[in-house]
Amino acid sequence: MMEDSKKLEEFQAKIDADVKIEPKDWMPEKYRQNLIRQISQHAHSEIIGMQPEGNWLTRAPSLRSKKILMAKIQDEAGHGLYLYCAAETLGVKREQFLKWLHDGVAKYSSVFNYPTLSWADIGAIGWLVDGAAIVNQVSLQGTSYGPYSRAMVKICKEESFHQRQGYEIIVNLANGTKEQKQMAQDALDRWWWPSIMMFGPHDADSAHSNQSLKWKIKRESNDELRQRYIDKTIHQGEHLGLTFPDENLKWNDKTKHYDYSPIDWDEFWNVVKGNGPGNKARLAHHTKAHNDGAWVREAAIAFQEKQKLKSKIA
Amino acid sequence: MSKDNQGDLWEVFIQPKAGRPHKHVGSLHAYDKEMAMKSARDLYTRRQEGVGIWIVKAEEIISSQAADAESFFDPADDKIYRHPTFYELPDGIKHI
Ligand SMILES: [Fe+2]
Ligand SMILES: [Fe+2]
Repeated sequence: MMEDSKKLEEFQAKIDADVKIEPKDWMPEKYRQNLIRQISQHAHSEIIGMQPEGNWLTRAPSLRSKKILMAKIQDEAGHGLYLYCAAETLGVKREQFLKWLHDGVAKYSSVFNYPTLSWADIGAIGWLVDGAAIVNQVSLQGTSYGPYSRAMVKICKEESFHQRQGYEIIVNLANGTKEQKQMAQDALDRWWWPSIMMFGPHDADSAHSNQSLKWKIKRESNDELRQRYIDKTIHQGEHLGLTFPDENLKWNDKTKHYDYSPIDWDEFWNVVKGNGPGNKARLAHHTKAHNDGAWVREAAIAFQEKQKLKSKIA
Repeated sequence: MSKDNQGDLWEVFIQPKAGRPHKHVGSLHAYDKEMAMKSARDLYTRRQEGVGIWIVKAEEIISSQAADAESFFDPADDKIYRHPTFYELPDGIKHI
């Protein structure tokens, strides 16, 4: 116990001095558990997030937009893999992460439980959902766990194209016919609040927040990040003549921030707990794809074993 | 019971340009060398990040132990004469 408290002190001193923690370094068990939860949740979000976008791949309005959307979705697969690898350095196997996801033990960002009803939704996802994710991920580049931080740096480099491709879709629709502009407005109406809720509960109600900030797993609080996202997004919509679905949204000259309406947390928790329209379908789809691929993995394992045998004989 | 797993863990190193050293970029899962190479290309060089790839099975890497780092590296601590700044030069001497 004595030794533990000394180790804990040294650990906190490292964190305070902005020294990154690496996989083989000593770390408190709770730090490890927090990271396992957060990084894997992040990884699952990247992977599940491919589904609502994949829904429009075969219906993209041009070859250009199809190629772009495909590249974007491929990036998200990559992000998921970088993050699974970072999470695995904490001593949990990839198979286990997938099992926790399929069993409903692990969460992913509930924003991906909403359906993509029109092509404009693909624009709104890139502009708003990736936009919100970027604010969070830029901040997480400074996280104290080395592998997580390095994954974030790589991801951030790739993300800015995601937001621009989405915004371009919205720009084109907003400058199009009356019906097209209405599509863009409708997508904004449906995605605005879910994107704001991506930052999670208010600081006062956030179960893991304080400890996460002290250990620098997170560098800024949910509310700080949420406010930054709102502040930088409003003019991008207003510039196109679009209206945000919040009558209390206005610039506050005193705080130098936008004020906004209270968030409907009942809706948020409902979706987090898996009652959202898409949750069952998303998990079922992922589980099915995984199970359908079992024979490929089996064949690959058999091939691998044969190779090993061959190299032994030779 | 059929076997099912995600394959071995491999570490990936990318050479950004000819003449530059390979740098560690991350890891991936694969069942054999060929698959590891193709996945590394798709995962780590989608934006022309490299002209060369090295891949090593994670279990084959020999690494120093973080916990022993202090004593392991301390032979270098008292040998400051290995640095040019250790030496004093007469005033006015240049290019040395
Ligand atoms: Fe991503
Ligand atoms: Fe993205």
